[in-house]
Amino acid sequence: MSDTVAQASAVARAAPDTMAWDSGLRRLMMIYLPLACFVIILLFPFYWMAITSFKPNAELMNFREHNPFWISSPTLTHVKHLLFDTAYPRWLWTTMLVAIGSTTLSLLASTLAAYAIERLRFRGSPYVGLGIYLAYLVPPSILFIPLATVVVQFGLFDSPMALILVYPTFLVPFCTWLLIGYFKSIPYELEECALVDGATRLQILRRITLPLAVPGLISAGIFSFTLSWNEFIYALAFIQSGANKTVPVAILTELVTGDVYQWGALMAGSLLGSLPVAIFYSLFVDYYVSSLTGAVKE
Amino acid sequence: MSVTTLSSSALAQRQPSWLARLFDYKPFLIVMCLAPAIGLLAVFLTYPLGLGIWLAFTDTTIGRSGVFVGFENFQYLLTDPLWWNAVFYSVVYTAIATFGKFALGFWLALLLNNHFPFKSLLRAIVLLPWIVPTVLSALAFWWIYDPQFSIISYLLVDVLHWRETNIDFLGSPWPARLSLIAANIWRGIPFVAISLLAGLQTISPSLYEAAMLDGASAWQRFRYITFPMMMPILAIVMTFSIIFTFTDFQLVYAITRGGPVNSTHLLATLAFQRGIAGGELGEGAAIAVSMIPFLVFATVFSYFGLARRKWQQGESNE
Repeated sequence: MSDTVAQASAVARAAPDTMAWDSGLRRLMMIYLPLACFVIILLFPFYWMAITSFKPNAELMNFREHNPFWISSPTLTHVKHLLFDTAYPRWLWTTMLVAIGSTTLSLLASTLAAYAIERLRFRGSPYVGLGIYLAYLVPPSILFIPLATVVVQFGLFDSPMALILVYPTFLVPFCTWLLIGYFKSIPYELEECALVDGATRLQILRRITLPLAVPGLISAGIFSFTLSWNEFIYALAFIQSGANKTVPVAILTELVTGDVYQWGALMAGSLLGSLPVAIFYSLFVDYYVSSLTGAVKE
Repeated sequence: MSVTTLSSSALAQRQPSWLARLFDYKPFLIVMCLAPAIGLLAVFLTYPLGLGIWLAFTDTTIGRSGVFVGFENFQYLLTDPLWWNAVFYSVVYTAIATFGKFALGFWLALLLNNHFPFKSLLRAIVLLPWIVPTVLSALAFWWIYDPQFSIISYLLVDVLHWRETNIDFLGSPWPARLSLIAANIWRGIPFVAISLLAGLQTISPSLYEAAMLDGASAWQRFRYITFPMMMPILAIVMTFSIIFTFTDFQLVYAITRGGPVNSTHLLATLAFQRGIAGGELGEGAAIAVSMIPFLVFATVFSYFGLARRKWQQGESNE
């Protein structure tokens, strides 16, 4: 039965008339319609976030007289409130500082580590690589309580420095793994030539391997930046004073006050907090996709 | 360029300082290169991991170092209905969310694997929920789930007239649980879809051509070519996804903080509530440690359950 059906469909596929239908309506129903649904659902929360940020409170709380999907009289009140009445600029600055600091630290550490594991090749280098990879599988939810006591021991509690030092625990494994893959793709002959010419190992790393691994470094860098910008649980547990908080934590703990939520300000804060990574993302989309898929394929 | 490298290397050969020679000594170089990464991971990952397991066996509180109490914390947890509740919801949350993410993500990957205009733009847009900070998109979901001004309720009640009353998303246990799972699926789809898309693109088209010549239907091609070929990458992505869904914290903390009546606590949020907010570090650490067996089981199950089919890709078993 299924055999005949399969044959029949194979015959139908061969006929030119049905081919036209196949590529037209069928494509619309099977590909474009579901795709459109996916895109609408995946983007709607952002649209809702954006539109809420610029709606006056009267419209926000009245769906009967105003169409909730559009703004009749856009306002900048919420953004103004956020920028001038709260410590939002300070939070943005702290987050930026933490993200840049931890990204630099992790890139430095993981470039050296990846180079040692992939290019200096010593006995047990695959095991070191595996160990670093396994470190990525340890979720922050298990670590944050003991890490809080470690941070207190080091006298770093409530300081952004704690975050800069702690974020590499999940950035280094990821970056190292990504960079090992990149170094692998660089022909070893180039280094051999340099060795024959009498270059030292560090000269080779600086002048030959690193320039060729720039795409990998960019991927690792933007990924680390995004991950540290988005990090939440460590920043929540280690930072207490309002001024030192990062954007995600500060919005949730400083802006959510009382029983009546300031949805306009909350959404404006979320929008502004997402913007830096979104802009970053739009500039480097291809690197994101390649690093995401590259890291998974490794 | 070549002249400068030559001259500098000639210089290095003539008078190699002891420092330069040290840095060219391979074992020293290996140690120097590995030191920063291993040091950071040892101090801030391995040591806390061990410390966490130790803390779980003590009665430490914030500001007071505790003493060893054996299995007391775990014995207490076993009699604590809230812990059982969190275990139950963590398992349900992980199971439903993983299933949803992979079903929808695989579907989206298959859709994106077709040829159509603006493909790369669409791929970029699809990844957005994964890029944006989870807490911030969780806030958007909190607002979407508002009891009075939910846009979903508005659509169902005022536009489509399917319902009479607003949906109370977060007010009672099961709706709250399912709403959180929906938000988690929403956030997880892009990662799964883009990773699986990369896997799909490695499958050779000649396999499909051969199958089509043999008269295989679309379903048969999916079932006997796409699915088995995707097994290795599915195994890896699923392992990651399960680990990070089970230990999720941000979404629940941002939207419900474990409420209503503690029905949506995951183990991670319960650990935070007891350990950091409540100050009972020992008990919080015990809750965190109690996640480890589940994680090990899930990893072993998803990785070895799926990945053993590596030979199907024509590679040797590693």
